[in-house]
Amino acid sequence: MILIDLIIVLLIGAILAWITGKWNSVLPRIISLAALVVDLFLIIPEVVGAATNQTKWLVDIDLSWIPAFGINLHLALDGLSLMMLLLTFFMGIVSVIISWKEINKRVGFFHFNLLMTLTGVVGVFLSLDLFLFYFFWELMLVPLYFMIGIWGHKNSTAVAYKFFLYTQAGGLLMLISILALYFIHGQTTGVYTFDYLQLIGTKMPASVAFLLMLGFLAAFLVKLPMIPLHTWLTEVYSEAPTAVLLSALLLKTGAYGLFRFVVPLFPFAARSFAPVGMVLGVIAILYGAKLAFAQTDLKRLIAYISVSHVGFILLGIFAFNEIAYQGVVMQMLTQGISTGALLIMAEQLSERLHTRDINQMGGLWEKVPIMGTIGLIFTMASLGLPGFGNFIAELLVLLGVFKTNVTAAVLASLGLVAAAIYSLRILQKVFYGRKSKNWEIHDLSIREKLVAGSMIIIIVGMGLFPKPVLNIAKPVVLKSLNTQNDSAFLKSQESKTKVMAENTCFLKPLNR
Amino acid sequence: MTETDFLSLTPLLIITIAPVVIMLIISIYRKYEIIFGFSLVSLLTAFVSLFIVQPLLPHRIDHLMVFDLYSLFFLGIIFFSAFLIMLLSHDYFKHLEGFREEYFIILFTATLGASLLAVANHFIIFFLGFELLSISLYILIAFQKKKDYPLEAGIKYLILASVSSAFLLFGMALIYTALGTMGFQGIADAISKMGVASPILVIGFGMMMVGIGFKLALAPFHMWTSDVYQGAPAPVSGYIATVSKGGVMAVFIRFFFDIKGFSNQDFFIVISAIAIFSMFVGNLLAIRQQNLKRLLGYSSIANMGYLIIILLIGNNDGARAAIFYMLSYFVTVIGAFGVISLLSTKNREAEKIEDFKGLFWKRPWIAIVLTLSLLSLAGIPLTAGFIAKFYVIFEGVKSGLMLLVFSMIINSVIGLYYYIRVIAVMFSTGEETTKLPSLSIIGNVALTMISISILILGVYPGWLIDMIMKLVAL
Repeated sequence: MILIDLIIVLLIGAILAWITGKWNSVLPRIISLAALVVDLFLIIPEVVGAATNQTKWLVDIDLSWIPAFGINLHLALDGLSLMMLLLTFFMGIVSVIISWKEINKRVGFFHFNLLMTLTGVVGVFLSLDLFLFYFFWELMLVPLYFMIGIWGHKNSTAVAYKFFLYTQAGGLLMLISILALYFIHGQTTGVYTFDYLQLIGTKMPASVAFLLMLGFLAAFLVKLPMIPLHTWLTEVYSEAPTAVLLSALLLKTGAYGLFRFVVPLFPFAARSFAPVGMVLGVIAILYGAKLAFAQTDLKRLIAYISVSHVGFILLGIFAFNEIAYQGVVMQMLTQGISTGALLIMAEQLSERLHTRDINQMGGLWEKVPIMGTIGLIFTMASLGLPGFGNFIAELLVLLGVFKTNVTAAVLASLGLVAAAIYSLRILQKVFYGRKSKNWEIHDLSIREKLVAGSMIIIIVGMGLFPKPVLNIAKPVVLKSLNTQNDSAFLKSQESKTKVMAENTCFLKPLNR
Repeated sequence: MTETDFLSLTPLLIITIAPVVIMLIISIYRKYEIIFGFSLVSLLTAFVSLFIVQPLLPHRIDHLMVFDLYSLFFLGIIFFSAFLIMLLSHDYFKHLEGFREEYFIILFTATLGASLLAVANHFIIFFLGFELLSISLYILIAFQKKKDYPLEAGIKYLILASVSSAFLLFGMALIYTALGTMGFQGIADAISKMGVASPILVIGFGMMMVGIGFKLALAPFHMWTSDVYQGAPAPVSGYIATVSKGGVMAVFIRFFFDIKGFSNQDFFIVISAIAIFSMFVGNLLAIRQQNLKRLLGYSSIANMGYLIIILLIGNNDGARAAIFYMLSYFVTVIGAFGVISLLSTKNREAEKIEDFKGLFWKRPWIAIVLTLSLLSLAGIPLTAGFIAKFYVIFEGVKSGLMLLVFSMIINSVIGLYYYIRVIAVMFSTGEETTKLPSLSIIGNVALTMISISILILGVYPGWLIDMIMKLVAL
């Protein structure tokens, strides 16, 4: 029942926050903070279980919902969803804290939307029924739409529209695929169900599987976002101050969807899509980096950094091996935190300076040394310096990709060089260099320091001690790879890569 | 007529007697609240009587009418919608000058017409119900004769509806010429015996389709919709969008299932074309609307397109999906028109989209209802529309009607665009000086009922789907 409790706590918190917002502007903040902290504490005991339990679902509940269609309220928790939930609640708490003073208008409704979005995200990470998954997938959109539209900058309504229409169109295509999968499974086995565990291994012609996979990809790649579909992201980042939440969570739902649904449900189709997927990943890494370098708007710059980082996730997922998948899981977590932290910094700067143009900044270090230090740490993290979680993540992805596709790995590594360039450019333009204007700004408040400090601890922690994360992720990674373990295809792939695996034996302790 | 005949007619008899009694009451003591209360009670009694007559089913009355679970279910939908609209009309007509009690009489005769359509099993009852409904609607639309728009809308509706009735009647006559019978079963038997359809028969069906298409506002017979929706008083527009279409839908489904029209290839193509055309026309025209009533009018064209295309599946599953869709659409659209009615004052209708600017910050409760309705129309989770759209796409994918599914998806995205636009206006910040009327308890009750229905159908629809599966078997 703990999983239902997680959702109920958020829902009740959302409604309470809205109601109390009418009388008091502090109560909603406290309520949503409390709801998120309660959820965090509800979930923490499971971490212990996750470290020991290696095979089964940690928690699994299955209740009947709409029996006529075979729809169940099937929620389950495993290592991957556990980590995603921890990230969700952490980023949720961060969003509440950083918006504590910044959001003054309609506080109650803001926190209602925040908690409703998180409800959708939590649902997505827990659903094991495809209908339920789609339900939560769509549920996040409306509150997010309001958050972008109401509390955004002046152009935000149009941006909110774009976001909504893009994601909705992708979601509907996924719905068709879900339904087609449902009927194909029903016709071959006689059991009509939306249950994920039963739908895995549905037998269908390769061409059909490929089409169905494209439907899922449409939804996930829009959220991720993949290169031609990324325009909503940059606009949302630059217009919506609440984008931290988006970067950390929304993108993760896309990556999570690829990981949890596309690979296990369509193992062969996904493998046949792998070359395209890898090319898209490489393009995202390099093109994202190039665009990031060309931006003068700090937030757009960060948006493109995020696009570039997401390329590693895409690349890793289509590499189909354990190391890459470990890297993808790491990347999902670290990218959420490092990009989130950069965005928070950008928002704090633009709120203090009333501009996001990095050409007008410069020499801010002596005014705001603490903010500068934190900015330095997170740019180092995001450019993948050893000692930070991002380094582990990207290294693992690159190693995994190297096993299957050397060219892609080589090209993607260039992305790391590019990352160094654009990251240093941020520091150069914002904190170092000549003063372009004599800005009068104040440094971080205690509240902001607290947030930044906790994020630093996490990202450095994951960089120095990645093993717990990798241990928790391992059964999930193996599970999603094992769905078609007996296939001849995979065996041939594996024998090919065996030689390389021996060369990478120094990573063995990491994998265990 | 036997005793059972009378007993099974009870719901209709209540609806017939009620307006007569109201007329008598008016002639003795004209008081708005009394008439309103009596009308509500009568409708509720009619609704309850549906459960009482249920054991007698199925029952036929001389090939004219058929009382089975299907028609009973439709009667339930019609009475429920009429009940909600009556609740919402209370505030709207209360402040009207002149005679306003007569509104309830006409509402009953219109409901009787729709109910007759739901039980019709013969052309004569079909046409009787159709005309009773149309004529009542002329009056309901043009009821406020001192205003310009209602009068214009009434005359438009009068002319076009008479033409459509003429088409329907002529079509029926041609079918009678070809087959020599007017009962649905007789027609079905004659067609199955006949083999190749004669040209007269085809023309007859075509003309009937024009008449029905007009009433359902399917493109290309949709021209009247937005004008009439805009001109009619808001509760009446809601009535046209729900009860009137519900009745026609009931007879349409029954008739064409009886004659197995959907297995006819040509008919299949015609209906597909009309449906897809309706979706695109409705949605594309809705995009630029600045008037919420017109917008809802156009969106109803698109929604009827979704509705009839799912019937093309031609089996019970399709009909069930259509009925679930219809039910959720009715609740939703009554919610939207209800909000318009409750925000309208004596002198002006709250119909411009700008009228809703910043509504959420001034009147959160009423704005939530409208937001729920619009989200439900757009098919967003937690609302009835989500499950309904899912159900329709579900059945569409099941039967492999991919053209239907994809045009529905494209249209959903277009639809989302304009529904969201209205929501964005409601949530935008801007100072608006228009004074909004306060809500009465009755209005609040109606809005609460509607929002709860939308949410229940969206979160826990299993029981209703089971019920429809049990009841609707054609």
